[in-house]
Amino acid sequence: MTQSFRLPEGGLIDRSHRLGFRFDGRDYMGYAGDTLASALLANGVHLVGRSYKYHRPRGILSAGAEEPNALVQLGEGARSEPNLRATQIDLFDGLRARSQNRWPSLNFDIGALNNGLSRFLPAGFYYKTFMWPASFWMKYEYIIRHAAGLGEAPRERDPDHYDKTFAHCDVLVVGAGPAGLAAALAAGRSGARVILAEQDSILGGSLWSGSGETIGGEPVQEWIATTRRELEGMEEVTILTRTLAYGYFDHNFVALVERVTDHLSDRPAALPRQRLWKLRAKQVVLATGAIERPLVFADNDRPGIMLADACRTYVNRFAVRPGKKAVVFTNNESGHLAALDMAAAGINIAAIVDLREDPMGSASERAEAAGLRVVPGSAVVGTGGQRRVKQVHIARLNADGTQALAAGETLDCDVLAMSGGWSPTLHLFSQSRGKVRFDADLGCFVPGASAQAERSAGACNGAFGLSDCLAQGFAAGKQAVKDAGLKIGRQAGATPRAGNDDFLPARWTWEVPSDKPSGRAGKAFVDFQNDVTANDLKLALREGYQSIEHVKRYTATGMGTDQGKTGNVNAIGIVAAAQGREIPDVGVTTFRPPYTPVTFGVFAGRDVDGLLDPNRKTPIHSWHEQAGAVFEDVGQWKRPWYFPKAGESMSQAVKREVKATRESIGIMDATTLGKIDIQGKDSAEFLNRIYTNAWSKLAVGRCRYGLMLNEAGMVIDDGVTARLDDFHYLMTTTTGNAAPVLAHLEEYLQTEWPDLDVHLTSVTEQFATATIAGPNARALLAELAEGIDLAPQALPHMSIRDGRVAGIDARIARISFTGEMSYEINVPASCGLALWQALMTAGAKYGITPYGTEAMHVLRAEKGFIIVGQETDGSVTPIDLGMDWIVSKKKDFVGKRSLTRPDMIKSDRKQLVGLLTDDPKEILAEGAQLVERVLPAPPMPMIGHVTSSYESPNLGRSIALALIKGGRARMGQKVQASLANGGTIACTVTGPVFLDPEGTRLND
Amino acid sequence: MLVIPCPYCGPRCEIEFSYGGQAHIARPEDSAAISDETWADYVFLRDNTKGVFLERWVHAHGCRQWFNVARHTVTYEILASYETGAKPPKLDFVTQV
Repeated sequence: MTQSFRLPEGGLIDRSHRLGFRFDGRDYMGYAGDTLASALLANGVHLVGRSYKYHRPRGILSAGAEEPNALVQLGEGARSEPNLRATQIDLFDGLRARSQNRWPSLNFDIGALNNGLSRFLPAGFYYKTFMWPASFWMKYEYIIRHAAGLGEAPRERDPDHYDKTFAHCDVLVVGAGPAGLAAALAAGRSGARVILAEQDSILGGSLWSGSGETIGGEPVQEWIATTRRELEGMEEVTILTRTLAYGYFDHNFVALVERVTDHLSDRPAALPRQRLWKLRAKQVVLATGAIERPLVFADNDRPGIMLADACRTYVNRFAVRPGKKAVVFTNNESGHLAALDMAAAGINIAAIVDLREDPMGSASERAEAAGLRVVPGSAVVGTGGQRRVKQVHIARLNADGTQALAAGETLDCDVLAMSGGWSPTLHLFSQSRGKVRFDADLGCFVPGASAQAERSAGACNGAFGLSDCLAQGFAAGKQAVKDAGLKIGRQAGATPRAGNDDFLPARWTWEVPSDKPSGRAGKAFVDFQNDVTANDLKLALREGYQSIEHVKRYTATGMGTDQGKTGNVNAIGIVAAAQGREIPDVGVTTFRPPYTPVTFGVFAGRDVDGLLDPNRKTPIHSWHEQAGAVFEDVGQWKRPWYFPKAGESMSQAVKREVKATRESIGIMDATTLGKIDIQGKDSAEFLNRIYTNAWSKLAVGRCRYGLMLNEAGMVIDDGVTARLDDFHYLMTTTTGNAAPVLAHLEEYLQTEWPDLDVHLTSVTEQFATATIAGPNARALLAELAEGIDLAPQALPHMSIRDGRVAGIDARIARISFTGEMSYEINVPASCGLALWQALMTAGAKYGITPYGTEAMHVLRAEKGFIIVGQETDGSVTPIDLGMDWIVSKKKDFVGKRSLTRPDMIKSDRKQLVGLLTDDPKEILAEGAQLVERVLPAPPMPMIGHVTSSYESPNLGRSIALALIKGGRARMGQKVQASLANGGTIACTVTGPVFLDPEGTRLND
Repeated sequence: MLVIPCPYCGPRCEIEFSYGGQAHIARPEDSAAISDETWADYVFLRDNTKGVFLERWVHAHGCRQWFNVARHTVTYEILASYETGAKPPKLDFVTQV
């Protein structure tokens, strides 16, 4: 394909670097420096999409971030990305893109039938039509989503990687147009740490759109190059191109996303695709420019109808003619500038239709001098052409511009350049909570009072002349340095000078009058992306939506991927006019981040797969792996779940592990239990206040089980604490709770009891722990232990001693979570594996059997021992658990007072009980709901749920623990439990201890 | 994301901290002697201030110290930070203590 609309010379493109690309299956050529949009236009392609609701043909409207129409699906397969603006995609060799929201093809789209049905698709159509019955909404939504689609998210896994980085600077300058460059120069020359962020691939911004301008006497292109060289030479200045500042958050935290490799055909694997910058700036200069507004007139959305300044940009920056014959429609000077530049590029200017009665200003003077035909006091009242604009109909307006007089002439054209004025890009300013105000002369909102350490400069601040932009930028750069607490030296230099023409004067006509009665004229679009017309806005007002925020939600104007960048101010103007209010009284809708869409990958960054969360492994982990353990995640820890032998199912393995432990000896890796070392002379008093039971009388060398509550009286942790010395204790916590418990203890120590002499240290990772449990535990330990008397009277249940095991210094605690005689052997973490291997070797003759967390659960459930987080859920008290025995009546402790609140002593609170199914083979599902009686149909009153449920090999039947309302008063009664298959089963309520209630086994 | 001035470490990013709710809530000394309502107030009820709010933070991923902050709940401006147990600084627009 030839680039038949490419100008023979000029533009910021590299004609020696040809790039092939494919759009909708057709191959085209472009040049380095093109965007996808400019390259398509160079090939004469305007039709690039179908609109959201009516499926009307749409073309490229703009040349920047504001683009509502030219959204494409870029790339293929896993790298496909939807809804990207063709105007911001840097062209690269081999680029593949396709249009969206069309079926079966862009030229023939069946959804365009909606356009003919538009009378039946008014604003709020979906709300009105799909209301009833409510249960059908899911089906409606499915259909609506398919009918009114944007692009498609890829189904495959994202093959790229993304980075995140933190950064700090003295001055962040957002935008590298004339104001931003001047600000960066002024700030950079002071030696401040400056970051200059520009979403475009090049510096210069709007300077590339114009022609013939000079700064300080040199052509702007040379000034940009000089400025860039100077900035690059400054050590403290960082220039980030292709970097979008998409969000402005609290305390001058600005989020930027840098497109690192998106523009490359060959993307180095070592580089991230994109990079998220989390930037904290002492001071910010916003130099974000302005966005030109469309005019709202009938059929203003045909391909070929473009923003005037975009036409200028395509001619001057990309050397592309947007068409052969143009009509310009404007209410300000910008249209005339576009006409002049298009004429200079050889485009036939059919006419400049100007809403103003008497166009004034340097551009209109030059247009007149150039002999361009200007039609003042007139409007475009309609357009023709199916997939490309072919004619425009113009009409004269009455004196106050409110009515179109009889239809005038029809002009042929293939491009219509329109300018409805300019809107400063206030998004970041508004996100920073700065207040915007309406400037009636400029016809737009401008920054008002700042809320954070930022200032706006240039067009985003309502300064539209080049000289003003440079001056504001330069001053803002200097002020930012001062406000950052740094000095401005003489080296700041002088403000760059330039011409100062702006786009004024203008005539504000928010909705262009039509020569036809309302409803007969074509659609006058305000929001192109959401297909919202001026009539839709007025309908919303008639239906009672008066606030601009409600109008927005009802019509969807200002929503979508472009967030109304081109349409919002027009919408506000039309609403104001219809309500007879002033624009400031109507106000603006909220600007929310991101400025343009940001891909999810950049938020994920490297925090995926193995880097999502730390994997914590015990020093014995490698042994478990070799033994074929199946692991489960407990918090961040990998714990052996069970150790299947060849051909064994989980159930078989767990049964074997449980039996072996009860009959001979089992061994478990208990390293993951949280361990907190507590020292200081007030340690016992501290434990008294933290745990429900009393600690003052615990002797050195003894252990005690404790329950920890929060102030609301709910159980938050449990575990055994040992007294190692007079003022030295070792607390164990549940595996997943080690960090929160430490935080809980520290909070009370620091904020409530700073007078206590207590010091806390997490020692979880300093020790490895092997637990041996079962009737042969003592015999095995006796073989390996030195310097410690294991006799029951010397080392009874709940005691602790130091000694050596297998030649390793060890701390041996005789405590039991299984109900068996059990020893927890703690050794330095580095010796954990050696200890384990020694125990396995010496234990072989007893058939020592490693068991995992599942067998541990079965063993403890047989004994009715709770697991915090399983039997408790933050709403369970010790009384609910039937653990009154551990709750001191005498001393105070955290949560104690709550236990006597009226709600806590109700007899119908859920209480922990045991459950035995009538069919001993049936194993209830954990979480299964319980009822007293099964009614024919729901609802029926729930009385509780199953918290733990296992097959108990020692009892030869299933067992379960449950929380049931008033459960302890239901002993022996039947309840009904739901089954996964939808059925129910009767169960008998029992006590929670199923095995050895006297504890003879563990005290042996 | 806020910048929170830790009295011990200096200004740090919010992600290093955990929030602890309203500051200067005294834990009742003799809880047995107070009514159920008074106790429930202490446990469950906190102010929802529009304006300057004195609140607790802990430098969880830093020095692990608890301290208090005076923060404006509308502007998120942080006006002061001070050690636990210290009196709040005199601020012109403190609306409540």
